[in-house]
Parts: sequence; C-alpha cells; structure tokens
Amino acid sequence: MATLAIHNGRVIDPALGRDGIADVVIVDGRISRVGPNEGDMVVEAERIDATGLVVTPGFIDLHTHLREPGFEGKETIRTGTLAAARGGYTTVCAMANTRPAMDSRAAIESVLREAERSGLIRVLPIGCITRGREGKELAPAGELAGAGVVALSDDGDAVADPSLMRHALEYATRWGLPVAQHCEDPALVRDGQMHEGWVATRLGLRGRPASAEETFVARDIALAELAGGHLHICHVSTAGSVALIAAAKARGVHVTAEVTPHHLTLTHEEVAFGGADYRSIRYLANAKVNPPLREETDLTALRAALRSGVIDAVATDHAPHGQGDKEIEFDLAAPGLTMLETSFGLCMKLVHDGDIDLPTLIERMTIGPVRAWGLDIRAGFDGLGTLAPGAPGDVAILDPNADWVVDPASFASKGKNTPLGGRTLRGLVVATVYDGRLVHETGRVVTL
Amino acid sequence: MTAETPTRPRNTQPAAWRHSDILDLDDFDVDEIETVLSLADRMREVLDRRIARVPALRGYTVVNLFYEPSTRTRASFELAGKVLGADVITITTATSSVVKGESLIDTVRTMRAMRADAIVMRHSMAGAAYLAAEHTDAAIINAGDGSHAHPTQALLDLYTIRKHVGDLRGKRVVMVGDIAHSRVARSDMWGLTALGAEVVVCGPPTLLPRGLRPGDRPAHTESALPPVIIETEIDRAIEGADIVMALRLQSERQQGGLLPSLHEYSQFYQVTAERLKRAKPNHLLMHPGPKNEGVEIAATVASGSASIIEEQVTNGVAVRMALLYLLSGRTELSGEEAR
Repeated sequence: MATLAIHNGRVIDPALGRDGIADVVIVDGRISRVGPNEGDMVVEAERIDATGLVVTPGFIDLHTHLREPGFEGKETIRTGTLAAARGGYTTVCAMANTRPAMDSRAAIESVLREAERSGLIRVLPIGCITRGREGKELAPAGELAGAGVVALSDDGDAVADPSLMRHALEYATRWGLPVAQHCEDPALVRDGQMHEGWVATRLGLRGRPASAEETFVARDIALAELAGGHLHICHVSTAGSVALIAAAKARGVHVTAEVTPHHLTLTHEEVAFGGADYRSIRYLANAKVNPPLREETDLTALRAALRSGVIDAVATDHAPHGQGDKEIEFDLAAPGLTMLETSFGLCMKLVHDGDIDLPTLIERMTIGPVRAWGLDIRAGFDGLGTLAPGAPGDVAILDPNADWVVDPASFASKGKNTPLGGRTLRGLVVATVYDGRLVHETGRVVTL
Repeated sequence: MTAETPTRPRNTQPAAWRHSDILDLDDFDVDEIETVLSLADRMREVLDRRIARVPALRGYTVVNLFYEPSTRTRASFELAGKVLGADVITITTATSSVVKGESLIDTVRTMRAMRADAIVMRHSMAGAAYLAAEHTDAAIINAGDGSHAHPTQALLDLYTIRKHVGDLRGKRVVMVGDIAHSRVARSDMWGLTALGAEVVVCGPPTLLPRGLRPGDRPAHTESALPPVIIETEIDRAIEGADIVMALRLQSERQQGGLLPSLHEYSQFYQVTAERLKRAKPNHLLMHPGPKNEGVEIAATVASGSASIIEEQVTNGVAVRMALLYLLSGRTELSGEEAR
C-alpha cells in the first residue's frame, strides 16, 4: 500500500469549500483523508512538509496542444505532459489539430496509448467536430465518444458554416459532448495578424477585429439555443464576448467558456513594445496568438467574468512552436504561446492585483473546468478536481508569493515561444502529485 | 583615403547620428533628421555635377534585396551607391520562393558573410526589415516593408519640402488617399510632425487606419502615434494647405470591397485643380509615385506648376547617398572624398 502524506499546508479545495491548514493523505493513488493532523495518524508513508505552502487539487487544462501525432518537432506527449506537471497540471485535454486529425477511433486510441506509455499525467483527448477539421462533414462523434473523447473541437479553424455548426451541436447531445469553438469569423479576420487597433496601425499589420470574435460568439450562442446543444467557447478575449456569454447564461443557454492566462494579463502592446516604451517598435512573434492579445478594457472585463463565473475555467491554449516557426516574417509566424509552465505564475497576477481571490482562481483551474465539461461523470474520474475521499490522488503544491524569473531555455516543453522570457512572475508551482506520486518538484519540497 | 583624414575640416558641433539601421522615422530625433537633410544638400551638389562620381564609399558594399517589385526605389538606391563609388548589387526575388526555401534571416546572413556593409530591403510584409536588423550587424535600410514604413521616402519628402518652404513649423501638409495601407503616409507622419508641421490625413473611411485619432486610444498612449488631423472630406482637408500629397491607390482596394469603384474614388478623392483652389496660393503638390493619373491625381495637376514630383525623384538619390554615407560610419563629407 503506497501512502503519501502532505503535511500542514493551507489546503484549498473549492469544490468542498475547504480552506485551512490540513494534511492530505493519498493511498494507492486516491485521496484517503484530508484534515488537521490526519497525516500523523498514518504510520508508514512518504511525507512532504507543505508548511507555508498552498495545497490544491491538481490543475485541469481544457485546451492543450500536445502536437503528437504529426508535429513531434514542436512537442510530444512526453514533453507536453512534463511541462504540464511543472505547471501544476495533472489532467490536460489534448486538442484535435494533430496530423492525422483526431477524427477517428484509431487516432484517439493512438493518443491514449502513447499517453499511457510516455505521459506523465492524465491526457483526455478531444475529437474533431468535422472530418479532417475541414468544416465540411461531421466527424463520427459517436465513434469518438466511444474511444474516449471528452469534447469536440476543430480548434483554430472555426466551423464557419452555420448549418453545419447547428447540426454538430444537435448531434453531440446524444453523447453529451460539448462542442468547443474557436470563435473568430474567418471571413472577417482574413489574414489579420494581431488585434485591430492602434498598435496594428503603428506596425502596419492587418488587424483581427474584436467583432470577428463577437459575431461568432453571438451566432454560436443562437445556434446552441436552437440545437439545445452544449457550446463551449474557447479562449474568450473580448469584453463584448463576455457580455454575450453572460446574457446567454442568464437565459439558460448551455454555454460554457474558458479564458487563457495571456488574455487575462497581456495586451496588444506586447506585440510592438514587449513592455518597453513607445519610442521604437519590434515585431514580437512570440506575442502573436489567435485570438490576438486585446486591450486593457478587455482584460478588465475578462478578469471580472472569471471572478463572477461567467467564464468557467482558465485554459492555457498551450501552443508550442519551434524557433523556425517564429523567427520569420511576422505574417508567416505561427500563432500561439507556450503556456503550461507559466500559467499559474501569470494567473497569480490577478490575485496580487486584487481582482480575484486565491480560492476562486483555484476553482477556475480545478473543479471549474471539470464541471464545465462534466469530466467527473466519466468512468474512473469520480471526484476529479477535488480532494474528496476517493478522488484521484492529484495535488498541486504552490507558493503564491514566490518570485521566479521565466527562462524559456529551461522549459520542459519543446516550445520556447513565450513573450515572458526574463520577466519575474510571483507564484510558483513547488510540486505536483499525480496518482499519488511526485511528478514534479522544485527542490523546495522537504521530505520528512 | 578614409574619413579620418587629418586635413578634414572639423565642425565644432559634431553632427547628430546614432543609427546603425534605418527602419523608420519613429525613433529619429529632430537633430538626426537635420543631419540627414544637411548632408543631402552636399550630396545634391555632387549629384548635379557633370560627372557625378566621387570615391567617398569606395570599398563599401551595398546589397539591394528586393522581395517586391520596384523600379524607382531600386534604381534610386543603385545610383546613390554608385555615385559614391560603392559596389552595388541588386537581388530581386519573389517572396513565395523564399517562403519555400531560404529564410529571410539566412539570406541576410549570407549577404553579410559576403561582406555586404549595407542591405537595402524591400518586402511585402511589415516588419521584415526589423527581423533582418535583429539578425545581422550589416546596416539595414528599410526600403518599404508592407504597409508599415518607407523612411527613405519620408526623408526625401522632408528634404524636398524644406527646399521650398524652409521651416516646416505650422505648415499644413495634407496627405490624401489610402492612408491605411500606405507605408509612405506612416513614415511621413512621423517625419513631418517631428519637424512641427500640421499633418492632415484624408481618405474614405475604409482606407483610414484604426486608432490613429488620439481619442480612439487610451490617453497614456498619446506619444505612440504621430499627432495628425483626420478628415474624410477632401475639401475640408485641403483648405489652407501648404502642401498637398496624393497617394497611390492600389486597384486591389476595389476587389477587397473597400471601395465601390475607382471612378467613385476619383469623384470624391482625386486631387484636382478645382479642389486645389482651397489650398494656399503658393501651395506645392507631391506624389511618392508611381502615379495613377486620373485616379488619385488629375493629369493636369501632376504636371502643373505647383508640382514638385520630379524634384522628389532627384532628391531621392541625394538623400539615399546621405543615408548610405552616414551608415558607413561617417557624418561629414570631407573635401577629398567629394572630389
């Protein structure tokens, strides 16, 4: 019987409303007991001293690009799950834009097999909405559900045809699958390179207007209402989208939403100035992402929505790319940021800025995403995202006040594509426990 | 012979010059612009000689790297280099082949490995020259990057205007046309406002860039774009103008759904003799070329008495001579070098 006892941390378990000093005992990969001095009752155990640290359920990411199969130069299931573990994540939902795309049982099973073989943490696959992510015919949702997908998404290529989107939402209800859409109207963004606004004007880059997102959010909400389906809106980035989602939720539409750490904390100014003054510009491809980094007013609305629950979850949209994908003309550079390893540190900015309290942030990174997609109703995942007895033995041990400097070269992820290199983040993942085993620790963990 | 010839006359006030690349005018101080303009004066004098050739840049290698077709800018740089005795080669290449093959960074590094001292780059994508500058220590001159910037055009515009009106402070300069996609307009805005001109940009609402109007962006970003006046009505824009500049209209704008037709555009935005009556009596007319006569500018106006369009072209060579010379690490043309 393998027992791990985590002693004397501030245990935050939003699902159970717990926030206080306690021990967490994990036996054979399942949460056994949580409470003051519970660890002392266990005779034989591996022990960790979490005094002065915060202990939470392991984080859950609804939006991770593991790149395998097809793009192993950018990331593999091995490196991606290692990066996830470093970021405090114990469950990641793997996006469907692989090669081949995740539109068949064979493709899904290959990912699950590889995750079993080389993955460090739990990988839940996402299937395609349409075959080959081409936006033309529905992918076999029933077959995909049988293979174990937890949602459907065509990722960066939004389903543009409204009729097809409607039917995707309808069809998926049979298997209770959320349909996760990247809401940006391709006809409106065309070859836009960044948020349409004054920074794009300064740089002479074509813009992607906020309305390209908002028109699709509004359209897809209306379609979900018509279809009675579950619409999940990926990486919400504008204040206008927040208002649309709030109104839809208020009238009972089954819509859920996620926001990324970068859209919560970085603006379009990042692309040109990278934190420097306005005198001279750069073209920082590491800040190029779709949807693009927006404006201060959007950040404010997104933070408020995360606090209030209009946005259900923080999702990383971890999108690793190689150096050659970014060190080219800005128009040709691949969009996306590597994010798993900086997610908690970046999100902690909201807590330090006083925009959200720590338990609420933890909620949005644990039970929030689980409830959004109903992950815990799936076989074996009872209690996922909580520290309830019997739940998976997945824990993050955090120091919310530790400063650390982002060094992309030291990332476990193959993707070094972050605009945060050299910056100090306040909020560190000290250790990660998956299935009752330490899968990441910084050296600050004291084993008793 | 080098610039450090002991006999070289010394200025008490060393000319201001801090740039190792010329990417745009947004990071140029007034004194640096003045350095370019006054050196361009001397270069213009060299250029106007019967045998326009001096050894000032002997042994200096200039590579024109053109990813986008260009006649006048390319020729202007070639001549500028040759008049100063530099070795000039020109490479024209389609962006598409580069996408498939050698990267921009590789190409630039290869040029540098062949001892190119300066690389003049024209590219259809904004920021290309910036990418090059980050990856080589050769001097990069941005000869136009997408819709972003065309700083040498802006400097030749400043030089040409200065020749006619002297001090630009308070002078009303009106640019008419496709402001949103114009790299010339963007760079001109920085240069003209730096020298104190009142700049008006005028075009149909679909061809005006977003966020240019100071009220459209947060107050703390005031300095992040040049202060300009925005107009959609040409008559109001031209009212009291000292200088009117018509910008080239690309016919793609119509296919892109930004304009109903070139005919309608010319009805509402063509710079015509009638409309120029609202400008100051001694106004000047400019165009960065190549012109679409009958679209953005009336033919009679383009060749009329107020037009200084051809002068712009000649001055372009002189200004580019000055820039190449400054980038070679020298700031004043010595007597021997000019001989």
